Amino acid sequence: MRDTWNSFVKFFISLRVTVVLLALSIILIFAATLDQVNLGIWAVQEKYFRTFFVLWDVKGFPLPVFPGGYFIGGLLLINLVASHVYRFKLTWKKSGILLTHAGLIILLVGELLTGLWQEEFQLRLDQGQTRNYSESYRFNELAVVDATDPNWDQVVAIPEERLQQRDEIQHERLPFRIVTRAYYPNAAVQMREELGNASAPPPATRDIGARLAIIPIPLTYKQNERNLPAAVIELLGPSNVSLGTWVVSTMLVQPQTFDYAGRTWRLAMRFERAYKPYSLTLLKFSHDRYVGTEIPKNFASKVRLHSQDGSTDREVLIYMNNPLRFDGLTFYQAGFDNNDTTTVLQVVRNPSWILPYIACAMMGIGLLIQFGIHLFAFINKRRA
Amino acid sequence: MKRFLPLAILILGALYLASPLFRKPKSDFNLDGFGRIPVVANGRTKPLDSVARNTLLLLQGRQRIVTPENVSLTPTQWLLDVFFRPELADTYQHFEIVHPGVLDVFGLGIEDGAGKKRFSYRQLIAKLEELDRQASLAESVESPARTSYQRAVVNLRNHVILYQQLKHSLVMPDGSDFLNDLLRLQDNLAAGVEAVRNKESGKDANAELAGFTMNMGSKFLRMEQIGILLAIPPAAGATDATWQKAGQSLLATFQNGSVNVNALTFAGLQHTWKNQQPEQFNTLLAKQRTESERALTAVLKKTDAETLFNKAEPFYTSMSLYVLAFLLAVFSWLKWPAPLQRAAYYLVLLAWVATTVGILMRMWLEGRPPVTNLYSSALFVGWGSVGLCLTLEKIFKNGIGSVAAGLTGFCTLLIAHHLSLSGDTLEMMRAVLDSNFWLATHVVVITIGYSATFLAGFLAIIYVFRGVFTRSLDKATADSLSRMVYGIICFATLFSLIGTILGGIWADQSWGRFWGWDPKENGALIIVIWNAIILHARWGGLARTRGIMALAIFGNIVTSWSWFGTNMLGVGLHSYGFMDQAFVALVIFVATQLILIGLAYLPPEKWRSAPTLK
Repeated sequence: MRDTWNSFVKFFISLRVTVVLLALSIILIFAATLDQVNLGIWAVQEKYFRTFFVLWDVKGFPLPVFPGGYFIGGLLLINLVASHVYRFKLTWKKSGILLTHAGLIILLVGELLTGLWQEEFQLRLDQGQTRNYSESYRFNELAVVDATDPNWDQVVAIPEERLQQRDEIQHERLPFRIVTRAYYPNAAVQMREELGNASAPPPATRDIGARLAIIPIPLTYKQNERNLPAAVIELLGPSNVSLGTWVVSTMLVQPQTFDYAGRTWRLAMRFERAYKPYSLTLLKFSHDRYVGTEIPKNFASKVRLHSQDGSTDREVLIYMNNPLRFDGLTFYQAGFDNNDTTTVLQVVRNPSWILPYIACAMMGIGLLIQFGIHLFAFINKRRA
Repeated sequence: MKRFLPLAILILGALYLASPLFRKPKSDFNLDGFGRIPVVANGRTKPLDSVARNTLLLLQGRQRIVTPENVSLTPTQWLLDVFFRPELADTYQHFEIVHPGVLDVFGLGIEDGAGKKRFSYRQLIAKLEELDRQASLAESVESPARTSYQRAVVNLRNHVILYQQLKHSLVMPDGSDFLNDLLRLQDNLAAGVEAVRNKESGKDANAELAGFTMNMGSKFLRMEQIGILLAIPPAAGATDATWQKAGQSLLATFQNGSVNVNALTFAGLQHTWKNQQPEQFNTLLAKQRTESERALTAVLKKTDAETLFNKAEPFYTSMSLYVLAFLLAVFSWLKWPAPLQRAAYYLVLLAWVATTVGILMRMWLEGRPPVTNLYSSALFVGWGSVGLCLTLEKIFKNGIGSVAAGLTGFCTLLIAHHLSLSGDTLEMMRAVLDSNFWLATHVVVITIGYSATFLAGFLAIIYVFRGVFTRSLDKATADSLSRMVYGIICFATLFSLIGTILGGIWADQSWGRFWGWDPKENGALIIVIWNAIILHARWGGLARTRGIMALAIFGNIVTSWSWFGTNMLGVGLHSYGFMDQAFVALVIFVATQLILIGLAYLPPEKWRSAPTLK
């Protein structure tokens, strides 16, 4: 028993395992880089790094073909920690290596936490527009709004995922249940009369859905495009009385309104929103170019930051390499639109941001010590 | 003799380096003076000399230009003809076309071209509309997905446009006497405008004068629309005015009541160049220079320096010195080791100093840290690795440092030369990269990491070559090479790791996220991991000398992927240097490295150095 344990430990602390894991990580990263051309940066992160196994679809069955980022990173972490626990000797000669590896552990843990905690949103503002929410540029939601009170909206937001899984949705604030009748991860909606085949039955009975056609389109992985999902949903009242079916799609900008149970409701499929206790107003977007060219010199958004509790009310200039940091979020200048009248800010939350800094310092100093020791030994030997 | 050889070579090398500065074209015209005139192109103030050189490189891949009468022109002379004698310039064969499909568009064969690949505007003129149609067709395809034919037609169309734009930059290139026309306009401006007004409102008018004035107006408009250089500096004292196109400022004649003096000077230069009157030409130029010295002192300081820098061509001359140093050092392993190694060392030092000065000069001109684009990264990778080689040679004194320096110095300058063919290498920084602090830290450190990883690979190549093909690899040399590779890999690990992490910190500072798995980031990470693999393999005894050498050579592949390969994917934040032709070069490079690794693994008894290595 002890022998088995010993050989087990020996395996995990061997440099051979380290080298093999490092080599595997290179292959993984290389493949992920190449696949970005097809999948785009987000799908690649999910498929290769934030997973235990890279899955390959073989005739509908996902087969694990290669260890993923969590697998390799986790084993590397075990390998590192185990080697240090078992071979730990605090000497000056080893201090550099120790420090470097400790930094590496922090870096790996930091990347794991980033993978788990980091959120990225987008905030689009037209000139003069004020918004107190940012939007996800990957995820969508079905918003069911109780708009009876003109001063106050009561929102129930249902993640797109629940529609995709066709869960029957029941919520304490809703007097009806929601059932997904059809779901399209990426689809265009068009007026039926424009299409010319009015003979096909309309996808839904209520509101604009009765006049629309849904045209599924292939998923896109391009970085500057997003998938626009659509769904047909049915609302069911008590004892399964149908209120009808609706087409919801992120392409439909206007929410659909109806009355039920003495209240006014609005339905909209929209980009997932993150509301904030403060708002941003775009005062001015500027896009400077070098004289006589189209080469961008600078993008800058002048915004007014105003918190609901009134504690903050100031103007901020967000430009390249100079983001706004507020409330644990980083707002940086990511793009522009509509002839330079719309700004696109990326909003990022990364609670573990400090770890790479610590790791960096430790690894840098560690390597300097380690190689410094080598160098001095070498020089002394040559002198002798 | 042997004692003085190194010194003699040093002096000859220095003379060779300085020689371009003393070359003077045989001409009565003050060509240098014309080349020093500052203009704004692509957002940067530069001398016309740079415009001429960059355009020639772009159009035909070299600066040398020969007229059909077999007269060699300097780039400035060529540009003068483009501006002022377009009917001659149209016959110069300066459009490089190599794609047979593009030649078919014009019904041309390779034997119609100078050097079988260069053609004149005159040869293309009949089919320009078809070229435009083909280019428009090609442009409907996204640029990474274009075929080589599509890329070639788009390129050629852009080159023809650029040529047309240059022609319209200073004067109207329609063969008329522009100077006389401008003077006549100046003298009759009020009457001319009056005549046009009267004519338009149907009153009695001097029809001839009205026609002339309107004609001039439409010429100015054409120049304003087509011309590309901003050649008219803001008037002295005008604070918020910017540089203007000649056409723009000529159009303003009708508001200001007088023709801009700079525009008039250009017309005068045209007149004197066309009639080949060097004295008048030089007088005009001198007057123009005195004028601009009053208003543009700071600008002229830089553009004059740039002209001198263009003339000195430090990177070009260094290339030859590196080759010579390489040959001397290789030869030293066969004969006269001490003097030849010293001579090689001197030459490397000389070339390195010249490239250092060149890089510093570029930094000053641009007001930027050394690495701002792929071109400058190639210069800097070479600079860094030759610097390391000099240190190695200083320590080990066995010629290996000089051989590696000659090799890497030459290769990187060659790569840089090819990268310079795509236009001005001192381009303006796009907004994302506009941060001198991070350019100076992240980019510089990571580029040094590249150069060290490459150097380790090249040292390993020297090991394999000497071991397999010569008997010169003895135990001592093998040991010192092994030590060099190890030391350089340590250095490379340190710099590529810190450089990569600094990149992450830049990303966090600017975008709020440390790591985004962007292709270039991944490439840098792979270099770090690869170096770590080599170190751990050595520490764990998993690879001995030969294995380490093979791993180090593979490091070349890894680094070239990160440096160029990632840019070819055409995705991600760092894809600032997309290029297609380089793909073939990259594949060939990777193949040669794989062959070298194969050689390294020949059975030891097949190595010619086998007996000496024991």
